[in-house]
Amino acid sequence: MTTSVSAMGGIVRRKEDPALIAGRGQYVDDIRLNGEAVMAFVRSPFAHARINSIDTAAAESMPGVLAVYTIEDVRDLGPVLAQVPVGVLRPLLADGAVHHVGEAVAAVVAENSYVARDAADSVMVDYDPLPAVVDMKAAVTGTDRAHEGAESNVLVTWFSHDWWPGVFELEDHRPAIAEAKQRDDVVVVSQEMLNQRLIPTAIEPRAVLADWNHGYDRVKLWSSTQMPHALAGAVAKTFGLPSNEVHVVAPEVGGGFGAKLNIYPDEILTVFASKDLNRPVRWTETRRESAFSTIQGRGWVATATITGTRDGEILGYELDGIADMGAYSQNFTVAIPVLGLFVAQGQYDIPLAWQVACVQTNTQTTDAYRGAGRPEASYYIERIIDMYAAEIGMDPTEVRRKNFFKKEDFPATTAIGLTMDSGDYETNLDTLIADVDYAGLRSMQAAAREEGRYIGIGVGTYVEVCGFAPSVLAEFGFGWDAYGMPTSFSGSGLVRINPDGSATVIIGTGPSGQGHQTTWAQVVSDRLGIDFDNVRVTHGNTAESPTGVGTFGSRSAAVDGAATYEAAEKVSKKAADIVAHMLEASADDIRFADGGAHVAGSPGHKVTWAEIAEVAYKPHKGPEGFEAGLEAHAVFSPGNATWPFGSHLAVVEVDPETGNVEILRYVGVDDCGNRINPMIVDGQIHGGIAQGIGQAMFEEAIYDEDGNLLTGSLIDYPIPTAGDLPAFELGWTNTPTDVNPMGVKGIGEAGTIGSAQTIVNAVVDAVSPFGVKHIDMPLRPKRVWDAIQKARG
Amino acid sequence: MQVTMTVNGREVSGDVEPRTLLVHFIRENLRLTGTHVGCETSYCGACTIQVDGNAVKSCTMLAVQADGATVKTVEGLADGDQLHAVQEGFWERHGLQCGYCTPGMLMSAASLLEQNASPSEDEIRHAIEGNLCRCTGYHNIVRSIEYAAAKLRGEEPAPPDWTLDFEGVS
Amino acid sequence: MYPRSFEYVAAASLDEALSALADNPGAKVMTGGMSLIPLMKLRLFSPSLVVDIGRVPGLDAIDDSGDQLAIGALVRHAATASSDAVKSGAAALAQAAALTGDVQVRNRGTTCGAIAHADIAADQTAAVLALGATMVAKSTSGEREIAAADFFVDTLTSALEPDEILVEVRVPKTGAGSGSAYGKLGRRGGQSDYAVAGAAAVVTMDGGNVAAASVALTGVGTKPTLAAGVAEALVGTDGSAEAVAGAAGRATEGVTVLEDLYGSEEYKSHLAQVYAARAINAAIAAAT
Repeated sequence: MTTSVSAMGGIVRRKEDPALIAGRGQYVDDIRLNGEAVMAFVRSPFAHARINSIDTAAAESMPGVLAVYTIEDVRDLGPVLAQVPVGVLRPLLADGAVHHVGEAVAAVVAENSYVARDAADSVMVDYDPLPAVVDMKAAVTGTDRAHEGAESNVLVTWFSHDWWPGVFELEDHRPAIAEAKQRDDVVVVSQEMLNQRLIPTAIEPRAVLADWNHGYDRVKLWSSTQMPHALAGAVAKTFGLPSNEVHVVAPEVGGGFGAKLNIYPDEILTVFASKDLNRPVRWTETRRESAFSTIQGRGWVATATITGTRDGEILGYELDGIADMGAYSQNFTVAIPVLGLFVAQGQYDIPLAWQVACVQTNTQTTDAYRGAGRPEASYYIERIIDMYAAEIGMDPTEVRRKNFFKKEDFPATTAIGLTMDSGDYETNLDTLIADVDYAGLRSMQAAAREEGRYIGIGVGTYVEVCGFAPSVLAEFGFGWDAYGMPTSFSGSGLVRINPDGSATVIIGTGPSGQGHQTTWAQVVSDRLGIDFDNVRVTHGNTAESPTGVGTFGSRSAAVDGAATYEAAEKVSKKAADIVAHMLEASADDIRFADGGAHVAGSPGHKVTWAEIAEVAYKPHKGPEGFEAGLEAHAVFSPGNATWPFGSHLAVVEVDPETGNVEILRYVGVDDCGNRINPMIVDGQIHGGIAQGIGQAMFEEAIYDEDGNLLTGSLIDYPIPTAGDLPAFELGWTNTPTDVNPMGVKGIGEAGTIGSAQTIVNAVVDAVSPFGVKHIDMPLRPKRVWDAIQKARG
Repeated sequence: MQVTMTVNGREVSGDVEPRTLLVHFIRENLRLTGTHVGCETSYCGACTIQVDGNAVKSCTMLAVQADGATVKTVEGLADGDQLHAVQEGFWERHGLQCGYCTPGMLMSAASLLEQNASPSEDEIRHAIEGNLCRCTGYHNIVRSIEYAAAKLRGEEPAPPDWTLDFEGVS
Repeated sequence: MYPRSFEYVAAASLDEALSALADNPGAKVMTGGMSLIPLMKLRLFSPSLVVDIGRVPGLDAIDDSGDQLAIGALVRHAATASSDAVKSGAAALAQAAALTGDVQVRNRGTTCGAIAHADIAADQTAAVLALGATMVAKSTSGEREIAAADFFVDTLTSALEPDEILVEVRVPKTGAGSGSAYGKLGRRGGQSDYAVAGAAAVVTMDGGNVAAASVALTGVGTKPTLAAGVAEALVGTDGSAEAVAGAAGRATEGVTVLEDLYGSEEYKSHLAQVYAARAINAAIAAAT
């Protein structure tokens, strides 16, 4: 039975799942090579210290130990490459000093993981501790430096009015906002808020396996990475190889969320060790180690200010903040706040004056974590809008509506000069309000308060920017030149019809659970009328696939998906000529459906894909002079990013006696344009919401004043469990984009960008009768209770 | 030390150090890599298997403790080509994304349904508190387990609750 | 993730285990391993010898002798939580066992193991304190009984000597007119995870008044502690909500309340009162 699946709105079980539910998925740590050795690291107990000496003798003499490396062995390879190399780059191993707790000081290679750990523990390092810079504000104002000899801990300060001088000529809104503040009829609402540091916590710890082949001077590397091609480029550049001699495979990747979007020292060191020892070398991160060996996220403190009239017209939005970069700059590090700047004004057509200083501290590096800058930006504006609404006594949905960009404004230009493709914020919010019966909820809340129950209703909206474009952004530092891969924000897809009529689709993405095999097969099945089960999609293999920049920024469907769509179009054009020849019809009349092709208007006049393929690969059977074979590759470079959006609502109940928060309902209405597989879209939103709730309620990476991480295990870094979360109710609106041929936007990060502020808005609403105006995340019971006590006085 | 146990119906044995964790014996000695490791503090549950019929975390057991035990891993969940109802449920209701927590989640779900044929949503959520998932927000995992429970009771599962009413444009 | 090397003995009998402990000062006894193995994997604790008593016969029973329950060293949390005898005769302990860890932990970890581990934020410790349980410790030199009130010495420290094994916990059953209950605020909110603060209460009602009471706290101090002042203030009252709230005000008398990631001293002191009151109210409801 032939089934072609609709590319748009088709629900189909995932192709990925049969292996994964059987325990037959293959993650990096599941792969074993003959002669494999294992790496382990010696890590610093100090946040900032000079290294006097490293004694490796005891470790080297242990049975089963193959090598112990320090920076002396690998200094020539240079530091870990960074995409945006502003700040101090991370040395492969600590070079004379350590700059955060857990920094790798030495690497041990041994016959197995147990011996490697024993040996690493026996390496003796003599340190001279130095003052540690831990607090973000102290990093700006204090005299201690995170790196010896640095003039300042501030690496760069981003301003909204000149974030890219020479490219955008922008109006500085500061004078106008200052003037507005002088008016008699305005209120100025201001609040400092922490957007705490987070540990991404993909359930699969990172792992890497390197196998250097001295016969060819070629290396094969398996890594749990979101960007296999960039890793190949970086390894090639580091070892002086052409990139085609580096073969990177990202097999199953067990969650990424941005944390697997960096080049990491272990990826370089295992290659080095494999080359040095002439054996495959593996490293598998442990969970506790992960807090030191994988990037962290967020970590902002900022004051948000709204100046507006008493009837809800916002005359200016200001943000003055500090963002914690940690000790070293890795992939995007200092550019993460710029991604926040892209959506700084949210859904509102308002003047903007925004500045964020990026500081180095003696803590683990921060970089992209699900949303990357955008959750931070959305949080600040959505919290301060709620505070403004409370101040002027207007319903928070009304204030939002009043300041929205209107449907007719699109394509709309933001205060920082970017163009948002499409949007209809009012319809989206109206849908949410109708879906939940907002007025009814408010009545229920009022009735509950009569009974002494503290129920809160929070609304949060967001606009996201995904599928970064246009290509010129590469020149801002968002390209991959630093990795020896001078590319930009393009996507690629290759569609091949095999001689038996099956299709192979090869893409340059690096998914970690997003269901690309399924979604791309839907696109190709739909365009070519080919049996869905007869389409195989492969990814994450640099020797097979066209160059791609990986999976991040909710870009894959809108960019690589569009490329695959166009590749399928190219195949269908050529196939139409073949079929026209076979059926003696005009190519314009050929339609692809139901496992083959037919002539328009006469479905019985048809051929199967197997028959088409045979002709394609036997040129003597085809049209005169055509090129044998049937495959096409397309590169898609979008002219703009896509700008999805949504409105979320939470209903919570607070126990004022303990500060405990219970989420009673969570509703999201998201607009990501057309949906290829609504089931997968829903799943992305669910997971995104859960991570936003995790930030709002549970998670926080806490360092003590000496720079020790107090929350390095899952015992103290509680990510949400099933028992902590409600069922999610989802609705949708659809405002397609014309940026790509499928009209799809992006949905990977939306839930996270929309949810944290929604929860906090709801909790603050619940305890507002006590006079509480703001509570910093995470809303652990103690913080809610403390806020109530403080407000009560 | 020599250990012998029955894993997925097959008697296996091996020579291990006392410190060898059961999960490492399963993954390294038996090369059954469906059982995953996600933490070292017995929190994430990616390593969940059944030992003598009960769901346990195989990273918090020594291989020597399992000497003589009957062990079932995710690889032993299906009956030949016939998926276990929880496997079918996870596939039908999109109960997994990256798949890393899935084997442990399936083993916990199967254990729950062996003890409680009609768990409420709340009971399901608490039964899988020892299994962390970072992808799904658990919503579809709960629906998957409800699907499996219905199937095991011989009932028709409730229809999926995703936003099916999308019309599409192509 | 990878423990240091150690020697291992799977004791076939209690005597074999006790001899191994007596002969090896660096030895540690293991039942379920739920507390011990994570510490060993993090290399925070590395015994030279692990004495596994998991295979010793006869230690996995809950014996009901009429006025007392004897919970053997190998009784899992899940068994304690689901035992009808415990649910009716020592409800606070069954409730605490049900709130310990997660399903997998409850399937493997033991009630005696959790008590011997003496974690400051464990659940069943408060229950056995409030219930006035007796710990039975054995070594090669004999058997001794330790009252729960004397058992918890300090953070992760019990009155057990290194060569002793907690072989049984004897819990007096609450009789007619008596009830017990346990509740907590967990670290993730609700009742999940370790206790930020928790309380167990046992109350005996007689003629509409509180005839006897016992309250114990967990999570708030350096060790699980009896809140003697609360019990004292409660006895003789009518057990009304006001009386309970008043008595609970004395919850942290004599307790060194510790600030941690989950709460300030002030907050934890407050929670101690809240959960003491909630446990008492639930115990009174169960008693009547």
